[in-house]
Amino acid sequence: MARIGVFVCHCGENISATVDCDRVAENASGLPGVVHSVDYKYMCSDPGQTLIKEAIKEHKLTGVVVAACSPRMHEPTFRKACAEAGLNPFLCEMANVREHCSWVHEKTESTTQKAKDVVRLLVEKVKRNEALQPIKVPVTKKAVVIGGGVAGIQASLDIANGGHQVLLVEREPSIGGHMSQLSETFPTLDCSQCILTPRMVEVAQHPNITLWSYSEVIGLDGFIGNFTVKIRKKAKSIDEHLCTGCGLCTQKCPVRKIPSEFEQGLGTRPAIYTPFPQAVPNKPVIDKLNCTYYLKGRCKLCERVCPTQAIRFDQPDEIVEVQAGAIVLATGYDIKRTDFFPEYGYGKYKDVIDGLQFERLASASGPTGGMIRRPSDGQIPKNIVFVACAGSRDPAKGIEYCSKICCMYTAKHAMLYKHKVHDGTPYVFYMDIRAAGKDYDEFTRRAIEVDRTKYIRGRVSRIYEKEGKLVVVGADTLLGGQKVEIEADMVVLATASVANPGSEELAQIVHVSYDRYKFFAEAHPKLKPVETNTAGIFLAGACQAPKDIPESVSAASGAAAKVLGLFANDELTREPLVAVVNRMAPPLFSTCIGCFLCQPVCPYNAIEREEFKTRDGKLLKAVARINPGLCQGCGTCVALCRSKSIDLYGYSNKQIYTEVSALLDEALV
Amino acid sequence: MKIGFYPGCSVDGGSREYKESCRALAKAYGIELESVPDWNCCGASAAHNLNRELALALPARILSLAEKAGMTHLLVPCAACYNRLMLTQHELMKDETLRKNISEVTGLEFKGTCSILNVVQWIQKWILPELPEKIKKPFDYKVACYYGCLLVRPHKVLKFDRPEDPQSLDEVMKLIGATPVDWAFKTECCGAGLSVSKTDVVADLSGKIVRDAVYRQADALIVACPMCHSNLDMRRREINGYLKQNVSLPVIYVTQAIGLALGIDRKELGLHRHFVPVNLPEKAEATK
Repeated sequence: MARIGVFVCHCGENISATVDCDRVAENASGLPGVVHSVDYKYMCSDPGQTLIKEAIKEHKLTGVVVAACSPRMHEPTFRKACAEAGLNPFLCEMANVREHCSWVHEKTESTTQKAKDVVRLLVEKVKRNEALQPIKVPVTKKAVVIGGGVAGIQASLDIANGGHQVLLVEREPSIGGHMSQLSETFPTLDCSQCILTPRMVEVAQHPNITLWSYSEVIGLDGFIGNFTVKIRKKAKSIDEHLCTGCGLCTQKCPVRKIPSEFEQGLGTRPAIYTPFPQAVPNKPVIDKLNCTYYLKGRCKLCERVCPTQAIRFDQPDEIVEVQAGAIVLATGYDIKRTDFFPEYGYGKYKDVIDGLQFERLASASGPTGGMIRRPSDGQIPKNIVFVACAGSRDPAKGIEYCSKICCMYTAKHAMLYKHKVHDGTPYVFYMDIRAAGKDYDEFTRRAIEVDRTKYIRGRVSRIYEKEGKLVVVGADTLLGGQKVEIEADMVVLATASVANPGSEELAQIVHVSYDRYKFFAEAHPKLKPVETNTAGIFLAGACQAPKDIPESVSAASGAAAKVLGLFANDELTREPLVAVVNRMAPPLFSTCIGCFLCQPVCPYNAIEREEFKTRDGKLLKAVARINPGLCQGCGTCVALCRSKSIDLYGYSNKQIYTEVSALLDEALV
Repeated sequence: MKIGFYPGCSVDGGSREYKESCRALAKAYGIELESVPDWNCCGASAAHNLNRELALALPARILSLAEKAGMTHLLVPCAACYNRLMLTQHELMKDETLRKNISEVTGLEFKGTCSILNVVQWIQKWILPELPEKIKKPFDYKVACYYGCLLVRPHKVLKFDRPEDPQSLDEVMKLIGATPVDWAFKTECCGAGLSVSKTDVVADLSGKIVRDAVYRQADALIVACPMCHSNLDMRRREINGYLKQNVSLPVIYVTQAIGLALGIDRKELGLHRHFVPVNLPEKAEATK
């Protein structure tokens, strides 16, 4: 027989100002099964909690209803109090008479009546609550970090320094990401490689970090603490243990005209190559799509010159499965290329380049040795135009969002140009200068005031070539929309930052949500910025949205802190509010008919197939099984199940039905 | 075969040669261009700035009349008319209430069944297929194809060609033996209706177009819009004043260029009606 206790909270005047709390308590005492009912000014205070604890012991309560605020607010408080008094915490329920009642209604008789009704529903529900035990899941204390740019590097180092194993997976032959391509960084103008390469080396040498470059994640199974990551290690066509990184093969390779990805097509590389001299790992890979041997079956010059016989033409791709407890996504971003812009010539003008290309031109290790020379004829441009917001903030033709980094890097570009070409004139066309950040606005002011960059507020409508010059046609909106034409020697488009190609596929592989621009979605835009909706998978850097270096690094450290927090436990405890498919004795096993319609609707991939077989392996029945580690208790499968075989612990069909009929019974009376 | 034809005011008036060349091409292909009976003004340039209902009702009446006459395809050579008719069809098809209201104004039912074609689409659909065997004199000139604004914009509604760097006229020109130049003023503004009120602005805007075409060594400007034509051709005196030189670059309708390639008589194509005489260099007069 149920022995329910009802505790009505006044919440100061928050509830009692519009609800007659003592009458709610009095009414509850008359409900069947209720043996104790009181009201109190602050139920969540220590004396309030003591009131509950003592009542549980004194009246031997089998269930508790606290009529107070939202369960979001204080359910853990009261469940903990119940547990301390020896009552299973899942036998405690909250009747929300604040957010759902007192705060949203005037003081009338029906407001008190509504509070009474809400209490009655919960009393009926709690009678049918079952004592539940929290789910314990073991944790594999190893993290997989996907993407080896600055965010991935930072996250790996932080986790590794916290004492845990990290596997860093990078798609390209070297880690370093876009940051390794940059010349100098804003707002300090320190050299990007000088600050990044020590970190890259640290990754390579860290005892807790395993680095797999030229590798891609192709599958993910499991759940928080217990992931199985499937990784394709692409064949590098060299034996990494034998290769010393001497570079002889890359010097001798006869195929030399391949546009270098690292140089953004402004330089070339051979078919066997390391992307740049400071690459980590500093061992080459063979680009099979361009290697003469792979294309025509002959050459093998690299094999002949290799002093350690490390070349392996027949090396296959390797597919490896790795166990991990947490995943950090740090796959970064990409930019729109100049061919995206028809009005700027569809990329057909050689001297219209994008921001990353300018970084390579300005970089001391770049194709021009740090001299600003235009790609078409190597001349030093005397007039250079930078176009900010090329594609960004342009709902009609480009991308709606602000790419965030362009205002700053455009100011930096103008300064770098002016520092190298003293008699040159840099122009910047801009919409607004968005320089919010520590020392950022000071930096853009310096570009304007000290380095005399001519900032023109307006958009560029067209760029065309005439007599060897690029005519940039735009408007100066501060001069009343006056038309401006500048004959430039070179134009740099600050093209929009976009999600990396393949981000959508990766999101589907690892089951995280992504936004309409294909950036990975955080669990909460403010309060959970590095978590995803999938427990155990975290975000770092610009794979989530355009971010600059300081922000990427902060996010990476944030993600690492989350991973370390997870790894601080040997087991994870989860609320047991999960769905279950019923089980019963053979020959029925379950009322589940094995239609598996629940499988595709589950947002968390938590539903598996379970097969019952005879001893000789004959299949008797296949039914659905819900993995409690993955299930988030959303209840979608419950609603969909045709044979009503699935139920949700804590919110069973029976409980919900009782609540509804309790409400209707009263309404009919 | 019969195709619906909406001339509009300019093609029926100041740009008669455009209509004449359309009809000449149609004749060469055995196509009958049947004018929409009792057609009215499309409202271009003025109506949609002043009164939305009027701006929709005028083209709606034309389209309703075409539907009533059983026309499945309607050729609209003027780019401004084409633009107004397309926008009206688009607006009315997405809003049933508006469609009913406008039908009440015009007193005619509007179903939206008539397919509206600009001159390039008409050429692509009916003229191109048999073009290679019909060519008598390849139009062997360097041409600058000028699209203007209304033929390709707004892209969301017209869904015709690329709005910033259109290609369809260039493709047609290549097929008759011409060499289209790569230039930057394909869709720049010609000054449009300012031709009447602010001729100096037109001289400036159209002047830049003409100047770039000359710089790219084009033998002719190819157009598909009477407004563009009048600004580039009729306002040539003002343009020359702006450019401080006398430019003899002729401005030819796409239909006239094709007509010349087909060997149609110059007079039938209305080439004698231009302000800037169409005197193309001798080389192309040589037969195939």
